[in-house]
Amino acid sequence: MSVQFPFSAIVGQDEMKLAILIAAVDPSVGGVLVFGDRGTGKSTAVRALAAMLPKMRAVVGCRYHCDPEAGGSACEDCKALKLAGTPVKSHLMPVPVVDLPLGATEDRVVGALDLERALSQGVKAYEPGLLARANRGFLYIDEVNLLEDHLVDLLIDVAASGENVVEREGLSVRHPARFVLVGSGNPEEGELRPQLLDRFGLSVEVKTPTDLPSRIEVVRRRDQFERDPAGFTEKWKKEDERVRRSIVKGKSHIAEVVVPDAALERAAQLCMALGTDGLRGELTLIRAARALAALQGAAAVTDEHLKRVAPPALRHRLRRNPLDDAGSTVRVDRAVAELFGA
Amino acid sequence: MTRAMPDAGASLTASEQRWRCAQPSLSIAALHAASLFAVDPVGTGGVVIRALPGPARDSWLQCLNGLLPQGTPQRRVPLHINDERLLGGLDLAATLQAGRPIAQQGVLTLADGGIVLLAMAERLTPATAARLAVVLDTQEVALARDGLATRHATRFGVIALDEGLADDERLAPALLDRLAFSVDLHPQNYDAGPAADDQMALDQDLADTPVWSAADVASARDLLPQIDAPEEIVKALVSTALALGVASLRAPLLALRVARASAALDGRLRISDDDAKLAAALVLAPRATQVPTPPAEPPPNEDEPPEPPPPEEAPDPSPEDQTEPPPRDDEESSKDEETPEPPPVGNLEDRVLDAAQAAIPAGLLAALMSGQDRRASAQASGRAGAVQQGQKRGRPSGARRGEPRAGARLNVIETLRAAAPWQKIRHAEIERTRVLSDAVMTRVASAGRRIASSSVAPPPRARVQVRRDDFHVTRYKQRSATTTLFVVDASGSSALNRLAEAKGAVELLLADCYVRRDQVAVLAFRGKGAELLLPPTRSLVRAKRSLAGLPGGGGTPLASGIDAAVALAASIARRGETPIVVLLTDGRGNIARDGSPGRARAGDDVQLAARQFRAANLRALLIDTSPQPQAAARQLAQDMGASYLPLPYAGATALSQAVALATKSVSAVPAVTR
Repeated sequence: MSVQFPFSAIVGQDEMKLAILIAAVDPSVGGVLVFGDRGTGKSTAVRALAAMLPKMRAVVGCRYHCDPEAGGSACEDCKALKLAGTPVKSHLMPVPVVDLPLGATEDRVVGALDLERALSQGVKAYEPGLLARANRGFLYIDEVNLLEDHLVDLLIDVAASGENVVEREGLSVRHPARFVLVGSGNPEEGELRPQLLDRFGLSVEVKTPTDLPSRIEVVRRRDQFERDPAGFTEKWKKEDERVRRSIVKGKSHIAEVVVPDAALERAAQLCMALGTDGLRGELTLIRAARALAALQGAAAVTDEHLKRVAPPALRHRLRRNPLDDAGSTVRVDRAVAELFGA
Repeated sequence: MTRAMPDAGASLTASEQRWRCAQPSLSIAALHAASLFAVDPVGTGGVVIRALPGPARDSWLQCLNGLLPQGTPQRRVPLHINDERLLGGLDLAATLQAGRPIAQQGVLTLADGGIVLLAMAERLTPATAARLAVVLDTQEVALARDGLATRHATRFGVIALDEGLADDERLAPALLDRLAFSVDLHPQNYDAGPAADDQMALDQDLADTPVWSAADVASARDLLPQIDAPEEIVKALVSTALALGVASLRAPLLALRVARASAALDGRLRISDDDAKLAAALVLAPRATQVPTPPAEPPPNEDEPPEPPPPEEAPDPSPEDQTEPPPRDDEESSKDEETPEPPPVGNLEDRVLDAAQAAIPAGLLAALMSGQDRRASAQASGRAGAVQQGQKRGRPSGARRGEPRAGARLNVIETLRAAAPWQKIRHAEIERTRVLSDAVMTRVASAGRRIASSSVAPPPRARVQVRRDDFHVTRYKQRSATTTLFVVDASGSSALNRLAEAKGAVELLLADCYVRRDQVAVLAFRGKGAELLLPPTRSLVRAKRSLAGLPGGGGTPLASGIDAAVALAASIARRGETPIVVLLTDGRGNIARDGSPGRARAGDDVQLAARQFRAANLRALLIDTSPQPQAAARQLAQDMGASYLPLPYAGATALSQAVALATKSVSAVPAVTR
């Protein structure tokens, strides 16, 4: 794998970076969708994420790198081991960030018959696919709106259930597939189906910076990186390390963050004012606010946190009103301003 | 640009001669693009050559070949390449032979270190373009297909052979954004450039253009990593991009790399101002979406006044060279060799901007000047809609058991998968039959009778035993998508209302059209003719942008509107989609086809157009928008073969419902065949 552009060296795009960090601290917010102009560093940010994540503990030899502590969410093998009372060995491994390449075929995504072993040994064995590799990590789909329909359907199903069920070629396998779905794309190349849209917890709109200094900074850093990737990464190592520490701290701290009733009420009010469908909006809003509080080391969720995460948590859940010219971001901002008295 | 040529006047080498030979048919910009691309194919991304196949394109490619190091891999990517060949996949022949999966590399992997040529790039599907874009970005081919999961590093430059003629036939924007150069070799554009009296200047210019050779390129490549980019160059390029309304940040970055390549070609270790100017002219000018708003005040340095904005010359990197070549020459060489950066830094940005502005192709400039917004939005919103069709035609959607007959394609992977679990058993079976038949044979032989051995001959032993019921064929899903084409009468006083309704209906339809994967287009007619406001698209974002500033008022060129609808519907049908025309009008045209006013002539024209419409056999819905249902409109609907619907105070919702209903009735009818 080639050297990735350091996460902290990305100029601006605070909302995008924040959303990614929130998802890293609390995967239960459900994925992040990054939609925006070309050349804004969407994929750069996601690919840089891999290096930022603290390592996780996993069962040695488990194909789905189950958590040794996990109970219900472990795979069949690990459950069996647990039942038998065998002590499991575990090791630290990097959190997987799996790229779903365009042109991927279904068999590689869900996993399929191991062709090699089938052909050479005549053994019917299951070979895990990308979903298995992404378990407990991130699944990144670049150009998510160009993804083929049947793959989209499949991902929606798995993302919702947290489990991948394979019924093909006489195989019948189910394994855990809990991952944070991260998608990026350009809205001008096509809209995303609402069902998939809803699977993303946070949705971020990125725009090219329009002020000269930050544009210059972007070009300058990119140029420096290309000329000397190792040196540039080294230069940003400290910054990156800081971000990584905040993720680690946030992860350990999140359980202690208090969500006062007032904040819950606020969230509910906000969602009612915006008329979002279902309760997912409120849940995501609260979870994201809590993750943000944990990232900042705050003891409780405050209005500030809610205000900050409201746009990414809610903007894609608004009932579409094509006749309202105001974009959904504006509508969220308006509601936030009304409610919180900006 | 005045690099001292070691033996410029002296004898020319073979490659230099060819270079020179090629020159007369090519613009300087094209030659610069070729040489700079040759220096850094990976960094600059590539070149879009907009030209029909012909001598101009051939000579450009020949030029490039003369500049690239010997043995540079070149791979041509045909338009309808499948993922298996593009990215790689399972090598079936080898797999069957070996009895274990054998991967084959895709074209993109094989092109590592070389050039990828895209044939008919303007028709490239966004899906293929996106695959290429990802590979260009990550410099590796990530494969997850056919039971394979591999990664191969690959670095290459792209040459997109864009043969588009119309304005909307262009390379997919995702790719366009990543290729530094864009060279237009269309004859009309070139002819527009050097007028006869410019010929002298041009000749002079040619003489001044350095003649590069493959050796220069090779040494420039060595030099490339050491070249320093001064702060003010970066600043100048970025601000120029901003002033020209180039939103993507890839553009200035590519310009920087081009400037670096230019310095390397010149044998300098530092990017000079001229490199920056050249880069701005080559990379930024063709991407311009606006003419710099505060017209860059005449540069204070008396270098030379830049030519007034509409340049007669096709992209010419250095307008200065043209106006007064000989003095310029001296000046510049002294600049290059003695004082690296004599002019005050503050002016650099202006001068780079001027260079870029002077290089904006004449046609684009005119378009920018006249309808700034429209062009800008059209440019920014890309042309995804136009090319998106290809991917709808026959998309594989899984496989089913079946025999490869009647055009069905065998899905070998699935077939092998189906066969795989049985291999042991089948081999054992064969073994058994062989033993059995041997036994029979011996018995038969011992009985002293001979039988035809053919019927009992053991089958030759193959490594993989595939039976007939293992066969799987690929299933393709073909949606017959509908494109709803709104033709809106935008004339007169009530135009505003109708436009708002049409706009609302378009957006309502679009809001749920991704469920059906349908598209929407909008044509408006008013004043003297019809205008395509929104090319067929599925993007709500794009529609909103295009429809934001709908003009209204003027006469009613109904005939032109119908004509335009027929033409657009035909082009939609050619793409394999079903067009549905929704005409919003009161049916009273008052402008004839040729733009002259007069009800009588206009009426005749409308009738004629309506008959042509009918002949085109298009599904249509005429919505009468006049306060009282009009006989004229009803008659028109009849002439056109359209359903008639009086909807005097149609709100957007009612309108979209009516259209949705019409759409459904169309879907029920077998799709119009092409």
